[in-house]
Amino acid sequence: MSGHLLEVRDLRTVFRSDAGVAKAVDGVSWHVDRGETLALVGESGCGKSVTGLSLLRIVPRPHGEIVSGEVRLDGRDLLQLSERDMRAARGNDIAMIFQEPMTSLNPVFTIGDQIGEAIVTHRQTRPVEARKRVVALLDQVGIPDARRRIDDYPHHLSGGMRQRAMIAMAIACDPQVLIADEPTTALDVTIQAQILKLLRSLQDELHMGMVLITHDLGVVAESAHRVAVMYAGRIVETGGVRQVLRDPQHPYTQGLLQATPHAPKVGGARDRKLAEIRGLVPSLYDMPPGCAFAPRCPKAQATCQAVPPPLSETTEGRNVACYFPG
Amino acid sequence: MTRLRTLWRHYRRNVTAVIGLSILGLVVVMAISAPLVFPADPWEIVSRPFTWPFQSWAYPLGTDALGRNVAAGIFHGARVSLLIGIVATIAALFVGVIVGAFAGFYGGLIDDVLMRFTEIFQTIPSFIFIFVVVAIFAPSVEIIVLAIAIVSWPPITRLVRGEFIALRGRDFIQGCIAIGMSDMRIIFVQALPNAMAPVIVTASVMVALAILAESGLAFLGLGDPNVMSWGTMIGAGRQVLRQAWYLTAIPGIAILLTVLSLNLIGDGLNDALNPRLRGRQ
Repeated sequence: MSGHLLEVRDLRTVFRSDAGVAKAVDGVSWHVDRGETLALVGESGCGKSVTGLSLLRIVPRPHGEIVSGEVRLDGRDLLQLSERDMRAARGNDIAMIFQEPMTSLNPVFTIGDQIGEAIVTHRQTRPVEARKRVVALLDQVGIPDARRRIDDYPHHLSGGMRQRAMIAMAIACDPQVLIADEPTTALDVTIQAQILKLLRSLQDELHMGMVLITHDLGVVAESAHRVAVMYAGRIVETGGVRQVLRDPQHPYTQGLLQATPHAPKVGGARDRKLAEIRGLVPSLYDMPPGCAFAPRCPKAQATCQAVPPPLSETTEGRNVACYFPG
Repeated sequence: MTRLRTLWRHYRRNVTAVIGLSILGLVVVMAISAPLVFPADPWEIVSRPFTWPFQSWAYPLGTDALGRNVAAGIFHGARVSLLIGIVATIAALFVGVIVGAFAGFYGGLIDDVLMRFTEIFQTIPSFIFIFVVVAIFAPSVEIIVLAIAIVSWPPITRLVRGEFIALRGRDFIQGCIAIGMSDMRIIFVQALPNAMAPVIVTASVMVALAILAESGLAFLGLGDPNVMSWGTMIGAGRQVLRQAWYLTAIPGIAILLTVLSLNLIGDGLNDALNPRLRGRQ
C-alpha cells in the first residue's frame, strides 16, 4: 500500500484561541508520487495552506497545532521526527514556495546570498562552490544574466523574477517533494503561465513530487495530474484532473466549477452566467454535525445534516464524500 | 558598502542632521586629541584662580576656583562623557537586543517571562536607581556605566521585541524556517538586520541620555572623583555660581551641544533609514 513518495493519513491540525478550537485540517488523507502533481483546491480558509504548512511542521505556534495523523515521506513519518531531524528534512527532502514573491525574500540580502544560505544550511559547501551552484540554479529557473543578477537585491527584481529566485531557493538542495502554495496568485496572467511551465519542467528534470495549493481551477487544469478538492478542512472529492473537472461528483466541486469564469471566445457571445454557491462557509469553530457543505447544498437531505459522509471510492482512483454524488 | 553610501546620500540632504554630525565630530576630535593638546593632568593647578575666558591666551576658557585650566577640563571631559555614553549604550543594546529578539521571535511563554522581567526594571525610576547603585558601590566609571546600562536596556528590548513580532509573521522568515535554517541563524542573521533601523536611531538618543545621566550624577557629587567630566565641572562651578557663572555655563554648553548633536543625528538617521519618509522634502 505504501509505495507512495509522500503519503498523508488522517492529518488533523487545529488552531486554539479564545473563541474555541478551529479544526483547520480535519482528517485529510492523500498521496503524491514521484513526478506527479497533486492539486489541493478550495476556497480561502478551507485548510489547503494549513495542510501545506503542516507537512513541514511550520504551523504558526503557539495557536496552531498538529493533533494527529501521519505524513510519510518515503515511508518515514515526518510528524514523529525530532525537531532537529525535521529541520534537516526541511528544504532538503521537502521544500515549499510561498504565495507572495514580493515579501518572501529578505530585503537586506542579495538573492545570491539567500539562495546560497539555502545550500549551506544543508550542505558542507565552500563559498566559491556555493556561488557556482547559485549561478547554475538561477540559470535553471530562467533568470537571464545569472552571473550579474546574483548580486541583485530583491527590490531590483520584478515579481516574476523574484518568484523564480524563490523557486531556485526551494530546489537548491534537490528536494523530493515541492509544496507550492499559490505560487502564481500574486503574478499577472502571462507571468503565471511562465512560472507554471517552469515548475512543470523542473519537476520533470528533478523528478519531484509536487503539491500545488491553489484556488484557481485554470491552474489546476494546466498543471496537475490529480486533484483533491477541500471544503472546510476536509477533502470532499479526489480524482484525476480530467475526471474531476469534466465530471465533478460532489455538489461543492460542481458549484466551484460553475462559479469559474472561462475566457469567452473572441467574437463569440458569453455563453452563460456565473453561478454562485449560496450561503457562507461554516465557521471552523462551529461546524455542522453532518456534512460541512450540507447547509449550502441543493441536494441535502436529513442524512447529510446528521452524519458526515465518508470519503469513499466510486470508481477507480476516484473518491467522493457525498451520499448523493453525481 | 553600497548600503552605507545610499544611507549617506539620504542623510546628507538633511541640513540639521549634518550640523549634528559636525558638532559630534568636533567633540570626538576633542576627546581624541585631549592628551596631545593638554598633556598635563586636567586636575593640575596651573594658574591664578578665576581667570575669566578670553583674558589669557594660555587659558582661553579661563581657570576655575582652584586655578585649573577649564579648556583642558572640557577636552578631557569629552573623553569621559563620550566613553560613558557609548559604553553604557553598547551594553544596553547587547542585553536589550538579545532579550527583545527572543521574546518577539518565540512569543508565548518565553515572551511573557522575558517581558515581565523587563517590566520589573521599567517600573524603577531610572535616575533614582542609578543614584542608589552608585551610592551603594564606589562611584567609579565602571559602576556608573553599569548603572546607566541597567536602566537603559528595557526600552531597547521593547523596541526590538515589537520589530521581531512583526518580522516573525513575514513571509521571508517563514521561508527561512521552510528551508530548515536554525532559529539562531534566523534570529541573528536574517531577522536582526531588518530590525536595526529603529534601534540605531534609539541608540543615538540613548548615548545622549547616558551623557546627561552621568552629568547629573557628577553634579550631585556622585561622579567618579578620579576623572574630569563635564558634570564634575558643573558641580564644582555651582558653588561659585555668582562670582564666576562661566564655570557652570561652559561645561553646560558642551553638554547641551553634544546632546543636541546626538538628537539631530538620531532624527537624521530616522529619516534616512526609513524608506517611507525618503520621498518627502
